[in-house]
Amino acid sequence: MDFWPYLLLASLEGAVMAAVLALTALGLSLVFGVMRVVNVAHGEFFMLGAVLAWWFSSVSTQWFGISPALAFTVAFIMSPLVTAAVALVADRLVLKRLNYQPEATIVATIGILYIIQQLALTFYGPDARPVVAPFSYRVQLPWFGYSGYKLFVIAAAVFLLGLVWFLLSRTRAGLLMRATQQDYETAQAFGIPVSRVYAGVFAFGAMLAAMAAVLIVPIQQAHYLMGLDPLLLSFIVVIIGGLGSLRGTLIAALLIGMSDGIISVFFSPTLAKILATTLVAMVLVFRPQGLFGDRPQ
Amino acid sequence: MSRDSKRDNHRDTSLDLNRQPVDVKRRKLLTGLGLTAGAVAGSQLLPVTGRYVQAASSEPIRIGFQAHRTGIGASYGRWYERTTIAAAARINDMGGINGRPVEIIVEDDGTDPKRGAEVIEKFATKHKTDVAYGTLFSHVVIGSAPRAGELKMPYFVVSEGHHVASGMLNRYVLQPGITDVKSQVIAMAPWIGDNLGKKVTMIYPDFAFGHDHRDNFSEAIKAQGGEVIEKIAIPPTETSFFKYFPKIPRETEVVYHVMVGPAVLTFVKEMGEFFGANRPEIFGFIDSLEAVDMNSPGLEALDGTYFWEAMPRYATGDEHDAFYRAHVGVNETGASTTDAKDVSTYSHMFGCWETLNIIKRGMEACNYQGPDDRASLIEAVESFETFEKSDNHPQGDKVFNGKTHQAFGAQHISQLNEGKLEVVHTTSIEDGMYEDEVDYTTQSL
Repeated sequence: MDFWPYLLLASLEGAVMAAVLALTALGLSLVFGVMRVVNVAHGEFFMLGAVLAWWFSSVSTQWFGISPALAFTVAFIMSPLVTAAVALVADRLVLKRLNYQPEATIVATIGILYIIQQLALTFYGPDARPVVAPFSYRVQLPWFGYSGYKLFVIAAAVFLLGLVWFLLSRTRAGLLMRATQQDYETAQAFGIPVSRVYAGVFAFGAMLAAMAAVLIVPIQQAHYLMGLDPLLLSFIVVIIGGLGSLRGTLIAALLIGMSDGIISVFFSPTLAKILATTLVAMVLVFRPQGLFGDRPQ
Repeated sequence: MSRDSKRDNHRDTSLDLNRQPVDVKRRKLLTGLGLTAGAVAGSQLLPVTGRYVQAASSEPIRIGFQAHRTGIGASYGRWYERTTIAAAARINDMGGINGRPVEIIVEDDGTDPKRGAEVIEKFATKHKTDVAYGTLFSHVVIGSAPRAGELKMPYFVVSEGHHVASGMLNRYVLQPGITDVKSQVIAMAPWIGDNLGKKVTMIYPDFAFGHDHRDNFSEAIKAQGGEVIEKIAIPPTETSFFKYFPKIPRETEVVYHVMVGPAVLTFVKEMGEFFGANRPEIFGFIDSLEAVDMNSPGLEALDGTYFWEAMPRYATGDEHDAFYRAHVGVNETGASTTDAKDVSTYSHMFGCWETLNIIKRGMEACNYQGPDDRASLIEAVESFETFEKSDNHPQGDKVFNGKTHQAFGAQHISQLNEGKLEVVHTTSIEDGMYEDEVDYTTQSL
């Protein structure tokens, strides 16, 4: 294949990855930014989103006989909501009782990771199951064919990211989140229900991961071990972008996603991973607060 | 001083407890009682099982089944387990082995070599099984085999890997129930070269099993006057494949693919999307679609392509095949009789059925009594030369090489036509023969 079409393919693949990664990592970054909780179970919320998407779409096609497109819509609405509910319960039952202490919550979320993963294994099983894409349109470019659904994933993710930005910067809920993020004691003094904001943010973070998973699950299959990769990549993105910095997260997701796509196409996927982790190490050594993080006080 | 204050704190808490409403206390008490009762019951159970295990006479033959219940091999594991249970039930119905019932002890290895070795250890020390059996994934076999050798535990694998016949393992590892990759590839290369094309691009997983394909097929197609023009190795944990396809050179006449793991459907779907209508010839190992419904959305693009099958997934009308299907619970299209969406790993799992029957035959040949006879069991199996097509060997006739511990059988090439696989060519056993690379019988037992 010639250079330019090759580059186009690489960029398309990178853009799909960046789009999904941005959504997932944004959830992780938001939870850390507002709550100072390093959520190790974030990848499992991603997996839960995918597994529930399979469940909702297959149940709605089998029992109600609706079209794949409609079934996907049902999954896209219901799966993130249920995932958010699970996160809410985890917050109330575990994180709140630990008073959100950073060390304790790391260990607790590792526990939550295993609980969710093993529950998925028990009730969903060890198989990888496909979710039918809402439409199967194949875009024939002069040099190669490309999945129309993948282009839709990029567009949908950009739209959702815009929605999150609007929510955070233009609504009252966003204002409460930002106030809590800046200084939770002062926020509390001003009558902001910090505990409820925490619960809401944790649920919202999980919901973002689940949304990303529902988008990706017609491309990859839902599998109980699928949470590990998004977790690692989200951590890479959040560390490079700066913990808690949403702008940094977006830019880092774009950087990691695109470079992973392009480097894996032109060289090898292993090299892409090597470079990403080297970048993390470099950032940690020379700019520990991340590229866009606030300087430590 | 500090100790005193701690004690005071403690007293405070207990006082607090006393002040709590009565119903909470009762609930706690009940839970506590329940737990204690459970613990007592549990501890009573243990000695009972222990006593049973120690009973010597009419004890069952214990076969430790190392199963991929979880991890990337889970769909294979599920069907290996069903086949194993069906085969063991049939053996027990026929009177067991040497008049003793067969008991299958299943341990999950998580499709992980490290856990695989631990499972072998557990079979030897905890379950005291007579033999270990059943592993598919080559990295688990390679990880477990040394421990089996050290423990002098006969280890019957159903893996297809060339690692047994290559001499990499030891005398305690045998593969009598399924042909290895080298033999499959050698048997099929002439047909590929004659019918599909000579310039081949290979796509394979980047571990031992994939390397077996790469090395043996490259050599075999060279012997046909063809060549492998590109080798694309894919990391075993990869979930997205589109980025690999541009590496397929334009002059490629045949794409040869073999993938395993949970992402196989993504792989074939994305390959279909990439090529569309103007694709080269595609020849795949059915591994790329084991446990996958041929009518899954996105597979239309593979219509007209070819697959290797060890045992045709779609029923051919053969009586032994029908007998085996009925026992394992597989319908005519290769899916479970109870759930048409649960597609089997039909080209691999027959190996479990046949291997268990070979273990039976071996134990009967050496009048196996217990773990002390493990060495004689190995020698007995080594002395076998052929397995005839029958209800015991539904896949077909096999030739067994006692020196290399490897079986050889016929292979099939099937074409996918409108969501159904049809056999277009069957090789002879001789097509897949190659020179011995090891003589395990020279190793001490």
